[in-house]
This record gives sequence, C-alpha cells and structure tokens, in this order.
Amino acid sequence: MTTTGIAPPAPAVRARRKAGRFRQTIRTGRGKVGLAFVLFVVLVAAIGPFVTPSPPDSTVGTVFGPPSGQFWLGTDTLGRSVLSRVLDGGWVLLVMALAATIIGVGLGAIVGMSAAYFRGVIDTVLMRAVDVLLAFPQIVLVLLLISVVGPKLWLIVLAVAFSHLPAVARVIRSASIDVTERDFIASDEAIALSRTRILFAEVLPNVTSPLMVELGLRLAWSTAVIAGLNLLGFGQAPPAPGWGEMIYENISGISVNPWGVLAPALIIAILTIGVNTLTDAFARVSLGSDRAPLEMEQLV
Amino acid sequence: MATEVQRKPSWRQRHDLLAVFASRLGYGLITLFIVTIIVFWATQALPGNAASAILGTHATPALVKETENQLHLNRSVFSQYWAWLSGILQGNFGHSLTNGSSVWALIKPRLINSAILVVLAAFFGSIIGIPLAIYAALHKDKLFDRVMAVITLSISAIPDFVVAVLLVTIFATVVWKVLPAVSVVPVGVYAWSTPRLLVLPVATLSLVIVPYIYRMTRAALIDAFESEYVELARLKGLRPLRVSVVHALPNALAPVIQVSGLNFIYLAGGIVLVEYIFNFPGIGQGLVNAVSDRDVPTIQFIVLSLATFYIVINILADVAVLVVTPRRRYARSAPA
Repeated sequence: MTTTGIAPPAPAVRARRKAGRFRQTIRTGRGKVGLAFVLFVVLVAAIGPFVTPSPPDSTVGTVFGPPSGQFWLGTDTLGRSVLSRVLDGGWVLLVMALAATIIGVGLGAIVGMSAAYFRGVIDTVLMRAVDVLLAFPQIVLVLLLISVVGPKLWLIVLAVAFSHLPAVARVIRSASIDVTERDFIASDEAIALSRTRILFAEVLPNVTSPLMVELGLRLAWSTAVIAGLNLLGFGQAPPAPGWGEMIYENISGISVNPWGVLAPALIIAILTIGVNTLTDAFARVSLGSDRAPLEMEQLV
Repeated sequence: MATEVQRKPSWRQRHDLLAVFASRLGYGLITLFIVTIIVFWATQALPGNAASAILGTHATPALVKETENQLHLNRSVFSQYWAWLSGILQGNFGHSLTNGSSVWALIKPRLINSAILVVLAAFFGSIIGIPLAIYAALHKDKLFDRVMAVITLSISAIPDFVVAVLLVTIFATVVWKVLPAVSVVPVGVYAWSTPRLLVLPVATLSLVIVPYIYRMTRAALIDAFESEYVELARLKGLRPLRVSVVHALPNALAPVIQVSGLNFIYLAGGIVLVEYIFNFPGIGQGLVNAVSDRDVPTIQFIVLSLATFYIVINILADVAVLVVTPRRRYARSAPA
C-alpha cells in the first residue's frame, strides 16, 4: 500500500485493514477452496477459447456422440465437440455477469446510502419503491423487461443489474444507518462538506464489508440468472457457444450424451459455489457472522 | 414500550392484530396498484409499436391495426391503462395473442399445477430442513453442525437448474432410469393425474430451499438458546428437553414463519427454470412460452398473479408472526 506523503492517516489505515481482510480471507480453508474454484473457472473461460481442440462451431462428429478419445466430452446436437464449446463458451457469460453485478450493486449502494443519509421523504419514497420492485421474483422481472425489447445481450445485462437493485439497496441502507449517526458525519456537516462527498468519501468507506459481501452474493446470482435466461433460449444467437445456451441446445439429448448438458451445468456450479464460498469466508472474517442475518435481508 | 404513566389503551392497541392486518392489507393493495402500472408500462406503453413487435415478421398493415385495437393502442396511454385495469378488476384478463382463447381458461390449469408444485416443495423442504436445524442448534459447533454448514452452503450456491439437471441425470437417464425425465403432461391437464411426474420437480425445488430453511431456523434457535430466559430456565434445573420445547421454541417460531413465507416467495421465481427443464405445465413454463411468443396478455396475467402471490404471502407471514409473538405488536407502531 503506497500512499503519498501528506495523505491523511485515516484512509491509509483503512486501506491496510482492508488488505488485511482479504489476506485473512485467503488464509482460511473456505477462502482457499473458494478462490481455487473461481480461478479454475476464470482460467477455463479466459484461456479456453485459444486452446479448443476443434473449431467450436463446426460439425466434426456424429450427433450426440458419446465421449471418446477424440472428443473427451462427446458431441452435441449438431455433432460439434462439447469440449471445444465449453472452452469457448464461458467468457461472454462471465463478462455479462460481472457487468450486471457491478452496475446493480453500484446503483443499489447509491440508493441505499442515500436513503440512509437523507432519511425523511427520500428514504420513504426510495424504500417504498424497493418494496414494490421486490414483489417481482428476480427472473420474472427480467423476463418482463425482455418480453418487450427482445433478448438483446445488453438488455439482459441491464435487466439483471436492475433486478439486483432493490435487495442491495435494502442491505446497504441498513448498514449505512449506523454510520450516518456517528459523530464524524455531524462534523462533516458542520464544515459544510458537500453531500456527494459525505456519501462517497465518508459513508461508503465504512460499509465496504457488507458491500463486498453483496458483490460476491450478487455475482453468483447474476451468473445463475443470466445462464438461466440463456437456458430458456434468451441469449446469444446460434451458433455462438455459451454455457447456458448449451443446456438449451442439448437437453433433448441428455439420455444419449449427458455431457452436452452436464459439462456446462457443472462448470457454472463450480463458479457459483466458489464465489459463494469465498464470499462466506470474507463475511466470517470481516463481519464475524455466518451471514444468516444478511441472507435474510437479501431474500426479504 | 415502557411508558411513564398507565394510559387507557387506544383502539389500535385493543384491536392490535386487526389494526396491523388492515394496515398491511392497505399497503399491499397500494403495492399491487403500483405493480399493475409497472406491468402495464413494461408490456404495453414502452416506446416502439408493441403491435408490430408482437406480430414480428407477420405484420401486415391490417393485422397491425387489428392488434392495436385489441390492445387499445389507438387510445391515450391513460385510457389504455384504465381499460386494461378495469377489465382485470372484472375478471376479464383478455385473450391470448397466440391462439385467441381466453387467458384465464389457458392459465388456470397451469396455476393449479404450479400451486401443487410449490406447496409440495415447501412442505418437503420444511420437514427436511427444520428437524436438521433443531438438531444442529442443540449441538452447535459439533461435527454435525460444521458438516451441515458446508453442505448447505454448497447446495444453496448451486443454481436451481443445475440441481434439476443433476437429478435428471441421476434418476431419469444415465444412472438409474426409475423416473420420467420430462413430463409428457399436455397443457391443460392436472398434474395429480400422474403423480410420478411430480417427483423430480418437487425434489429439485425442495432440495433448493432446504439450505435456507435450515440456516434460518438454526440461527433463530441459537439466538433463543443463548437468551437470558433460557439460561434462567436451565439454572432452575429444568430438563433440557423441556427447556428447548417449552422455552426456546416458541420464541424461535417467528423467524421460522418468516422463512416459510420467504420460501414461497423464492419458489415463485424458482419454478420458472425448473418447470421449463422438466417440461412441467405450470405458469413458469407458461411465462417463458409467452415471452418467446410475445403474448402480452398472458405475460401480464402471469406476472400479476406472481406479484399478488408475493404480496399475499408477505401479509400472511407478517400477521402470523404477530399472532405467535404478542410483544411485537406494540413494538411496531409504524408499518415496516
């Protein structure tokens, strides 16, 4: 952590403590397992496209051929190599999930912090809006938005991001409320610091732990929801490979070559288990809880 | 609420449950009203001509005109909304754009099938999750508790559709072929006519919600076990069984009820993917089909039913919590 000479001590201390939390997380057993799972999937998605044994979009074998020496995971509904498609099909999903998570958690945090800081009418209006949006199950909200504009990839990202907003806003609001009542906020107000500055430079650094936990939980959710939408047929246009799309394409052949469905399903599960385990380890280190209360708020 | 003087209880305090119920119902209705606006806005009033979007490549000027009339697109947005809402209030949910029959007649069997699925999943999820949670809470930090923590974390991290795919592979196709993989129930037939088809979808959804039930119940029970009144009961020399059943459990009931409510809500979203994978004729599959076909009246009806379900469950859970924990009735003067 290199901080320039005259930086105020508080952020430096904060940064050091944050680095400590991550290092502590990685040192726990859960943290190691979670990180290993996540790194495995990220490596497959990032390096996979360059090492496909056969072109992912071209027919190279029989339809739904079983695993063999040539095709380790067999072939799919059009006789394409399942292994090649798994290797090439991850990065779009990962990029979409990451984008949806960052946008959704970012907007949710802004809404939550604003509600906690401004209180009064703003709080009431924002939280009532959140209540209303929570009345839609997440995937239903996304389907509703897709039904009009069509299954465009950018729309899926924005719709999933938007569907995270209410739950994140609720969690961050309750985490920020205590902070906004502390003395240093009153002193900031006394010296007439701008409200934006108070929100982002004073409240935000004090809710990073719940925010990181939300990022982790939401990343796993985004992956599951986006892959789920792809599985329902709302995704990349064929013949582009994708883990969710592969389940959609190959489910009819599950009794002939189950790997066309199992391989993408399992790698998605490895990713979501890894992200959740890592998040859980971080929550135990930084919040000292086993996450039950947070999860409650996330679901309510 | 320790008040300084003994005051005469207000009407609100004397009829606490009724008052809370009324206010929750009021908020529920307001929420539902706003939900109708959102659903209408998203499906019909967004920019772009919904009629040609629905018709896609089949759009001829005459067909566009006809669809516009059916959706009341030729009127102002407000009067469109009003026509739509008053139709719904009179039980007229419109006609499907794909085959012209009434949405209600098409969706009613699906609603019932999904309801069966959700109720069975919630039931099995609870009878598996709650006893495990009680055992874990009684033996906190012992081996069983720690193993279950890892297992529930892993299961809750697996997306529903992966659980579904795994169960199909294990029980229906590759390993054993004991159960039908996908249902062949035609749309409009009730699921109970072939109970075997319910097994895998119900198993998937139950498995998915067990971790939530387990963790919440365990946390609530541990809270209760660590409280002072349980400590006192123990110090009085009461038997452990009596302490847990008579003293701790009633106070852990409220969170458990909330969890049960949450589960129904979670299942309302979970059925979409699971029904699709098992080809189960419920509203989840109906919604996916309707979105693919851009069948606006059907989408509107299904989304509204799911939102109504959510609101009703929330009200019921809130009221049930107040029934089992009288002290909370006064603590919550403002509806949360």
